[in-house]
Amino acid sequence: MSMRDFSSEHFVLEDGSKIAVIGGGPAGSFFTYFAIDFAERMGLDISIDIYEAKDFTCAGPQGCNNCGGIVSESLIQSLSAEGVVLPSKVIQRGIESYTLHLENGSTVIKTPLEEQRIASMFRGFGPKGNTDTNTASFDNFLFGLCQEKGARVISERVSEAIRTADAVTLTTKDGNKARYDLVVGAVGLNGKALSLFKSICPSFEPPETTKTYISEFQMEPELIDKHFGNSMHVFLLNLPNIKFGALIPKDNYVTLVLLGSDINMEIACSFINSKSVMKLFPRGIKLDDITPCKCFPSINVKGAKLAYDDRVVLVGDSASSKLYKNGVGAAYITGKAAANAAIFNGISANAFKKYYQPVCSELDNDNKLGKFIFSVTGIIQKSHLLKGALLSMVISEQHKASHKRRMSSVLWDTFTGSAAYKNIFVRCLNPLLLVSLVWNIIKSTLNLIFKKK
Amino acid sequence: MRNNKLGRLYRDGEIVINKGDEGSCLFVIQEGKVEVFDENGGGEIKIAELGSGEFFGEMGLFEKDVRSCTVRASGNAKILTIDKKNFYKTIQKDPTLAYRLLQKMSFRLRELNKKVIQV
Repeated sequence: MSMRDFSSEHFVLEDGSKIAVIGGGPAGSFFTYFAIDFAERMGLDISIDIYEAKDFTCAGPQGCNNCGGIVSESLIQSLSAEGVVLPSKVIQRGIESYTLHLENGSTVIKTPLEEQRIASMFRGFGPKGNTDTNTASFDNFLFGLCQEKGARVISERVSEAIRTADAVTLTTKDGNKARYDLVVGAVGLNGKALSLFKSICPSFEPPETTKTYISEFQMEPELIDKHFGNSMHVFLLNLPNIKFGALIPKDNYVTLVLLGSDINMEIACSFINSKSVMKLFPRGIKLDDITPCKCFPSINVKGAKLAYDDRVVLVGDSASSKLYKNGVGAAYITGKAAANAAIFNGISANAFKKYYQPVCSELDNDNKLGKFIFSVTGIIQKSHLLKGALLSMVISEQHKASHKRRMSSVLWDTFTGSAAYKNIFVRCLNPLLLVSLVWNIIKSTLNLIFKKK
Repeated sequence: MRNNKLGRLYRDGEIVINKGDEGSCLFVIQEGKVEVFDENGGGEIKIAELGSGEFFGEMGLFEKDVRSCTVRASGNAKILTIDKKNFYKTIQKDPTLAYRLLQKMSFRLRELNKKVIQV
């Protein structure tokens, strides 16, 4: 009997059903956490094995998932409503503002309620050589929540997956085999692991990616307080390939993230050595001497196609993410949506198409607007006049009531990833914002003319 | 001191919400404790003490009425606000987010029933 002969009632989870989650990063953990939670609510007795070979309690590449390390405002709020409060050791620093740096100057934009609503964190146990025992890994925290809920961790790599009519059989590198009713792929953008899914999910087309740059600067906490504060520093500089750069303060490290297209060491150096960046660091500091690690990780810039089939679903970066921002937030959205579909609607391709794919499509469609928004910021980046207008508009808004800081809130959500790009786009069309922008452009033009004279 | 808790810091005894104020957000305790109390004939009646991970102010999400009790920090407490508008937008997309809120409200109703029977 071929697999397609099975009616949809064969593709439902029942008491005793087994699920394998390959990858224990946030997407895998969120899937596991919510699948167990939903199953408990339904009185369904299922078991979940998470395959993760990485040890998140290790410093450096062994425990790292190559990420800037920000938990967005919207995710913090959702997690709080879910009853998940991040422990102090996981939060490296509560971010209460962001500072926008342009060649023409800088300005601080505070959160609307003036409270710390964004967390900086490390996905693993911090950069290479980190010995700070007050650090705890974000991924390990989520992993722990899943284990508390009853998930079993298998610290092995999966080397083969074979799908038959009634199960998916996984084989590990050590030769151990196990049969599962559902296999969930949360393997990020790992090429080898993604190709494993091609064999059990033939129509799946992996996401498109580009290279970014992340590096760490080790500094004393007092120096970070003095030079960076609890502010995320965002740079819109006129440099090739860089859409934007951010310096994220942590407890005793500052993380640099550069996003754009195909960033290499030369581009990264031009950013690091720029005046706007160097002026933030203590004078005379040699950044190379305080950089324990740097990497060029890939990010998802175009979602995967058909990231599901009967008994198989992919989540997080392996499926769809949010362009340039809030990858952990996208892992939460897709992981939870896939768990919801699997527990309440079944594990057939049709169930995932109907109940999971719309969530991925929404992210993908939103990213199209995101691309447009970043192309506009790209134009602003290249124009001294527009940057001057933007800066004067944001500075003048800081004296207004929070609901009237229209441009500041648009920039806040664009750079923190707290809101959907669609929402940001709609707010950009507000006539009052556009009038104010035009007025500031006129002012900047006049300023330039008078300066020349 | 390491700044590693989210939300706003309320000092010991500081009022977080006042009975009678208009409410438009939910509060989630990130660290520390709060006391929920009502006033009766010039005296205070302590209704509950809540700790890390617990929320309050949920009635403000569902009703247009004013805050029914006063809440103050008991010791220093870090508290995160969840604004009504954002919360509703999120629930619209993901209704399961309201489950814990309903679960907690159901628990509080059960506790209240017990107290009424005792009285």
